Amino acid sequence: MEIKIPAVGESVFEALVAKWLKNDGELVRKDEPLCEIETDKVTLELNAEAAGVLSISVQEGETVKIGTVIGAIDERGTAEAAPPPGAQPPAEVEAGQAQPPPLSPAVRKMALERGLHPETIRGSGRGGRVTVDDLLNREAEARAETPEKKLEKEPMGEPAVQQPSLFAAATRPVPPQEEGRTTRKPMTPIRKRIAERLLAARQQTAMLTTFNEADMSAVIALRTRYKEHFQKRHGIGLGLMSFFVKASVEALKEFPPVNARIDGDDIVYQNFYDIGIAVSGEKGLVVPVLRGADRLHLAEIEKGISAFVEKVKGNRLAIADLEGGTFTITNGGVFGSLLSTPILNPPQSGVLGMHAIQDRPVALGGEVVVRPMMYLALSYDHRIIDGREAVGFLKKIKECIEAPEEMLLEG
Amino acid sequence: MPEETFDLIVIGAGPGGYVAAIRAAQLGLKVAVAERSERLGGVCLNEGCIPSKALLDSSELFALARDRFALHGIGIDPPKLDLARMMARKDDVVKKLTDGVAFLFKKNGITRFQGSARLGGKSGDDHRVEVRVGNGEPQILTAKRVLLATGSRAVEVPACPFDGETVVSARDALSFSSVPEHLLVVGGGYIGLELGSVWLRLGSKVTVVEMLPKILPNTDRQVADALMRSLKKQGMSFLLETEVTSLEKRDGKAHVRIKSGDKGEEIVCDRVLFAVGRRPLSADLGLEAAGIAPDGAGRIPVNDDFATAAPGIYAIGDLVHGPMLAHKAMTEGEVFAERLLGQASVVDYEFVPGIIYTWPEAASVGKSEEQLQAENIPYAAGRFNFLANGRARCMDETEGFVKVLAHKETGRVLGVHIIGPRASDMIAEAVTVMTYGGSAQDIAMTFHAHPTLSEAMKEAALDVEKRAIHA
Repeated sequence: MEIKIPAVGESVFEALVAKWLKNDGELVRKDEPLCEIETDKVTLELNAEAAGVLSISVQEGETVKIGTVIGAIDERGTAEAAPPPGAQPPAEVEAGQAQPPPLSPAVRKMALERGLHPETIRGSGRGGRVTVDDLLNREAEARAETPEKKLEKEPMGEPAVQQPSLFAAATRPVPPQEEGRTTRKPMTPIRKRIAERLLAARQQTAMLTTFNEADMSAVIALRTRYKEHFQKRHGIGLGLMSFFVKASVEALKEFPPVNARIDGDDIVYQNFYDIGIAVSGEKGLVVPVLRGADRLHLAEIEKGISAFVEKVKGNRLAIADLEGGTFTITNGGVFGSLLSTPILNPPQSGVLGMHAIQDRPVALGGEVVVRPMMYLALSYDHRIIDGREAVGFLKKIKECIEAPEEMLLEG
Repeated sequence: MPEETFDLIVIGAGPGGYVAAIRAAQLGLKVAVAERSERLGGVCLNEGCIPSKALLDSSELFALARDRFALHGIGIDPPKLDLARMMARKDDVVKKLTDGVAFLFKKNGITRFQGSARLGGKSGDDHRVEVRVGNGEPQILTAKRVLLATGSRAVEVPACPFDGETVVSARDALSFSSVPEHLLVVGGGYIGLELGSVWLRLGSKVTVVEMLPKILPNTDRQVADALMRSLKKQGMSFLLETEVTSLEKRDGKAHVRIKSGDKGEEIVCDRVLFAVGRRPLSADLGLEAAGIAPDGAGRIPVNDDFATAAPGIYAIGDLVHGPMLAHKAMTEGEVFAERLLGQASVVDYEFVPGIIYTWPEAASVGKSEEQLQAENIPYAAGRFNFLANGRARCMDETEGFVKVLAHKETGRVLGVHIIGPRASDMIAEAVTVMTYGGSAQDIAMTFHAHPTLSEAMKEAALDVEKRAIHA
């Protein structure tokens, strides 16, 4: 069976074979990840569609066209392809990896008790076996990465589980069979990627969030007044999002660092306004990018967003749709969120969070009045955006939303 | 009498029960053990493994002195058997070991109750256990957890009930007061062959009757065949595909009618040992009232924690699934206690070794060749005969071989079968390697001291790839 680079998106024509996870001639099981391929934005894992012996024809680091055969799986079993037992001792290393790796009883127990996955650890024992030391080292590494946990390494002989001196088990009954209480599923490649990216955003930026709120009366009044007219003329409803896209562009123009990104030791200011719009899809959140938002009318913005939503529903989103935004808007309000801190989408430096509109008493001209209010949040990379700029940016958005006529007249 | 409350009550002080009790006490529980017999250790220590091995070792020495010393250049008068003394030594071995268990109980603060125990319902959250001596008032113990470890007993053939004299179980065959002239052993399993060996060496004529066409049906065929050849050479006779149809006791002799196909025959012998299997002792434990239903074979269904259908009640050893072996019950006892306290211990049922203490001994772990063939697992077999092993030559114990069965592609060890001198000790290496998921190459690349019997294991592992040095 041939292994081909799959079509990953409408506008992706080539992909990089980033990493082979299996070796040439290795026995692989069905659905095991074989290799990672990368387009300029997305990394995908290719899984084995059948069990057999892998032969690799395109090496790591090569960029090839979509549809290229990069290897094959010989399903005729394994006998002739796999080395005879002991041909190269220890033969187990070769073929053994197709099965769960052999473990000593103490390693199996400790791994279970500490929730470690020996198959992800490079063993230092004979034939690549994972030893107790390897487990302890992995744990020490994990602790070093999260310094809030204590760092001391437990001695070998310590019991793996805290042993209660009294009948703890009676008050905390051992669940008879865990079956049904938990379900374990491997993460899909997309979910894994999301997890990696979100974690990277947290770890690799100096992310901070500032808040403000906007009185939505003016925008709502505009929408009510021009709703039918707009629909008739443009064939699309007038939503809230277009106002925020417009407002964001205004604010980005006034505060260029928010539209910039860090590249090595440089700050790259981007004089175009490609705004990512977070859309919730079945497999997770995706952020298609509205190109040149500064040159779009409200109707064009609404049409663009609506097209994205359709594409997400139909699973037709191309990777090109997702690439290269300069700023992102996410609307937690559609799910009813009142206040949240959005997370950056690196290398972007800013993300605007919209929220639910709520009638709230506010003081206006010395009087308490009820107004439709929305909290706004801006998460930003503090490395290149100062607090003053972030607060100013969000205030600019507030002003644009509270007095949209000015923004629209100017635009 | 006031009720006594514990964290754990163990019913039965055999190898499963006493080990579970000690391990639970080590982990901090307040443990009680109820045992019917005044001696701890169960069948294994009192009337099974230990006394039978004591007699096997004694009778082996006797046979060596009689038959083999001359070959080594040791001239002696024909040795005389003092059976009473041999039995006394056996009893002394048993006593020392059972006293040892009692000492361990004391050391670990385990409370011991003598009497027959059964479940007696619940009081509040706690299970009640009634311990009764004779027909007296039962003593009531309570605990949140109860472990059933009552073991098993020899199956009795209804037509031929045990009488302790002429028709006997394995227990009685360990304490004959005289050497039977002719011992008939019904059942070609390991218990029958071991006890048959004891009396054969001490001078009995021994005939083994087996219903199936072969002895030791679950043992690797090459091993079972080699063992049968060896036992025949020693003078044991075998009647295969033969069953006992009736038994009559006359003039202190047993007249046993046997049938093989259409042919009938009568055998006259002094004693008949029935060793046709063992059955779990699950009948008198009050299981039904607790909501526990043993299967048709009397075994109690349990999950990985050894929990039965009744919350708080657990079972291990011969009462549950798996081979009825002391070391299996002991491991279950440890694992039970550790899991109760939240550890992730498991029993590696695939790697339970099985041993037959005849001479030569037979020992095995993992799958037999027949099993691998039936399961269509590709394998390669390596074999090495003790004939070519230096130490075996020195010992003049050259019978038998080591056989290593490894996966054809990965070399992973799937089964090891040994027949030969000290096979019981040699199998330990194979169990360790297999538990570590090791391969034949792992064995081959590991040092084996010279000259030792263990070199045969290394050579057999090399022979998996047909590169044994001394073959």
